[in-house]
Amino acid sequence: MTSQAPENRPPLLEMIGISKSFGGVQALRDVDFTLRQGEIHGLVGENGAGKSTTMKIIAGVHHDYQGKMLIDGKEVHFRSARDALDAGVGMVHQELSIVPDLSVAENVFLGSQPTKGGVIDWPTMVREARKHLATLGIVVDPRQTIGTLPIGLQQLIEIARVLSSGARIIILDEPTSALSPPEVERLFSLLRKLRDQGRSIVFISHFLDDVLNISDTVTIFRNGRKVETTPVSQITKREVIEKMIGKGHEGLEESYTGEIRLDSKPNAPVVLETKALSFERAFQDVSLQVRAGEVLGIYGFMGSGQIELARALFGKIRAKGELTVEGKPLNLTRTSIAREEGIAFVPESRRSMLFHHEPLYKNMSISILERIHRMWLKPSKERDIARGHIETLRIRTPGADQLLGNLSGGNQQKVALAKWLTHAPKVLILSEPTRGMDVGAKEDVVKIVRGLRDKGIGVVVVSTEPETVLSLADRIVVMKRGAIVREFAGDTVSKDRLLEAA
Amino acid sequence: MSNTEITVVRTGGFGNWVRSQLRNIAPFLTLLFLVVFFSVAKPSSFLTVTNFANILNQVSITAIIAVGLTFVILCAEIDLSVASIANVTGIAVAFFTLQPDYVNIANLPLAGPLAVLIALAVCFALGMFNALGVTLIGIPSFIMTLAMMQIADGMSALFVRGQIAYTVPDIVLTLGSGNIFGVPWIVIVAGLFLLVAHLVLTYTRFGRYVYMVGGNREAAEYSGVNVKFIIGAVLVIGAVCSGVAGMLGVAYFGSAQQNEFGTYLLDAIAAVVVGGTSLFGGRGGIGNTIIGLLVLGVLNNGLDHVQIDPFFKILIRGLILLAALVINVYAQSLRSKAETGTD
Repeated sequence: MTSQAPENRPPLLEMIGISKSFGGVQALRDVDFTLRQGEIHGLVGENGAGKSTTMKIIAGVHHDYQGKMLIDGKEVHFRSARDALDAGVGMVHQELSIVPDLSVAENVFLGSQPTKGGVIDWPTMVREARKHLATLGIVVDPRQTIGTLPIGLQQLIEIARVLSSGARIIILDEPTSALSPPEVERLFSLLRKLRDQGRSIVFISHFLDDVLNISDTVTIFRNGRKVETTPVSQITKREVIEKMIGKGHEGLEESYTGEIRLDSKPNAPVVLETKALSFERAFQDVSLQVRAGEVLGIYGFMGSGQIELARALFGKIRAKGELTVEGKPLNLTRTSIAREEGIAFVPESRRSMLFHHEPLYKNMSISILERIHRMWLKPSKERDIARGHIETLRIRTPGADQLLGNLSGGNQQKVALAKWLTHAPKVLILSEPTRGMDVGAKEDVVKIVRGLRDKGIGVVVVSTEPETVLSLADRIVVMKRGAIVREFAGDTVSKDRLLEAA
Repeated sequence: MSNTEITVVRTGGFGNWVRSQLRNIAPFLTLLFLVVFFSVAKPSSFLTVTNFANILNQVSITAIIAVGLTFVILCAEIDLSVASIANVTGIAVAFFTLQPDYVNIANLPLAGPLAVLIALAVCFALGMFNALGVTLIGIPSFIMTLAMMQIADGMSALFVRGQIAYTVPDIVLTLGSGNIFGVPWIVIVAGLFLLVAHLVLTYTRFGRYVYMVGGNREAAEYSGVNVKFIIGAVLVIGAVCSGVAGMLGVAYFGSAQQNEFGTYLLDAIAAVVVGGTSLFGGRGGIGNTIIGLLVLGVLNNGLDHVQIDPFFKILIRGLILLAALVINVYAQSLRSKAETGTD
């Protein structure tokens, strides 16, 4: 390692006055960013703050932007990811781009396999791959199928691939979200080794502890602007959070920066309870209670296990452990059992919840057919029920016979909710209920959910957006790496304390 | 809401309606075209009441198989074992019936109704086998029913050992080859199967679930529909319909032997698909299947009336099926375009 402190080393990459918009939406405004030789540079910010957009410009994914980018003092403008790689910039995305059915060696050399007389030179490829991986401290048989290895190891190999193609700058997008603590440690020791070899690493993550642990320098983004770049030694986690969420009046979301009063109901009867619920790598030993007439918010970053937990509560995936509804133990081997026992679920993706080529009324009646019909279906009855929902939920549509696919996204989301409203369930589980909605539609959803809670339904809201949980929940649990790490109840909570816990 | 408001959003008007109804209109126009064509070409023999009665008689067995297959295809699954299950069920009912002396099969004669019950149990069991393989083990229906095709053929071979049986229980004989007031029973049975299937698909919970599972399986699961049960059930329905068709077919043909239903697999699939039921599931129905059956029936029958090279006949049938597939897939892509366009 050179004696110079990282912040004094020469810049390897400089971005000056970068702006970028998607359609009419300004994603980046006048961003300056400097990456120095041999440093690990952490990038933090909320969803949509601009960190990923900035890195995708560096990696050649986005190429129509304003501003200048310099590498080694020379101006560059990448037209493709290939361009960027040729200039020494490689990116490892959150979703790995390995080919699971191929061997480790083939993945390391994907697209540039050594050949001899037109066919792949296997002995050379395996030997080179082994040597290459060994220099990074990764010990694995290159002939093994990569899909059979643990995720953490697959990720290290993907980094090795980026390196084998000559990258000096490596961008890692959320590399730790799917890793267990020992795997995180292994990744970090590899990153430190690479830094000591003089490579530069950009580390994007929601996990502030990880960022502050591994980085030399940290840059904070907010609302498409760079807020600050500072050596990690000179900033605390609390200060980072404050700078991430801001104190100004920059938008509606800011209304959640203050203290929110939690209206928990510790004496209400428990409707749903889990004990030591686990599912593979996704979550472990989750025990929680949902009371009648309360909204339980489950917050966590992407990949913290809360999305899978929600699916397990509806029987979409089979978790190990105990689950009871009103004291009755359930074995949720399929979703129809959950429905019959009074559990309702709205997944985060509308597409996987609705029938686009079917009329509205059939979309709304699918989960209650046996309650409204005896022997024969009576579409007129279904239409009446649908018309009622259209009115009370203010769904914009000409009528109950309209095909669902003709509705706008926010209205479709309301239909997804309406499915469960005709006959009130005991427990309603909502995954990302307001994602991608405009402000008006969000407010409608908040009203609907509060209305259901006041009827005595136990509501569970699962989200990766703190605002969603804060605007809806009466009690909040925070999940991190598949476990509940914190509960906020009967007191006040604020966005920064939520982020700090996660 | 009033109707005037609905018309406001349908900006495309007639063109849009045609596009959205393509899968229903195209088969109907095909049928109309074929009827007109053969009527003009051979009015004396094709365009007669007797001949139309003939056509109905000729498509009846295919119709009963196609009824079951309509359920399966609406669920976005496929059953390749229908003809083989028909064959083994027909052979089974003969195997448990007293045969004439010259039939050299070591069979087990039983009372007629019992033989019918056992034969029904055979097709039900084979259908259950398909259902369990697809839902519990997770074998794709294409592969599972391909294996079942062989299994059922193998069972047929073991029952008859290359021989031919002729006798079936009286009730099967009547329904398969008898008449009532001049109408063949088999046409009535086929009509009943079509009617009941239509009522089930349109007016029962089960029928609604079949469409929903076929239309968006994941959404059906998230709506709390027991998707595996529905898929298993349609495979059992497919097998039992085939079994009934197989028993009546033996009476219709007058004999039970190996490979008797060879052409029926393709005919039944063709009838469902030509009729416009989506291969991707969720769209179509018995109405479509009826049109598809008539298209195939008129085509087969009409080609016999115009003097044509019999080998060329097979090619024409292939081309018609191809055209139907093109329309089927094209209608599907129009639909997905319409969906993504508004999402």
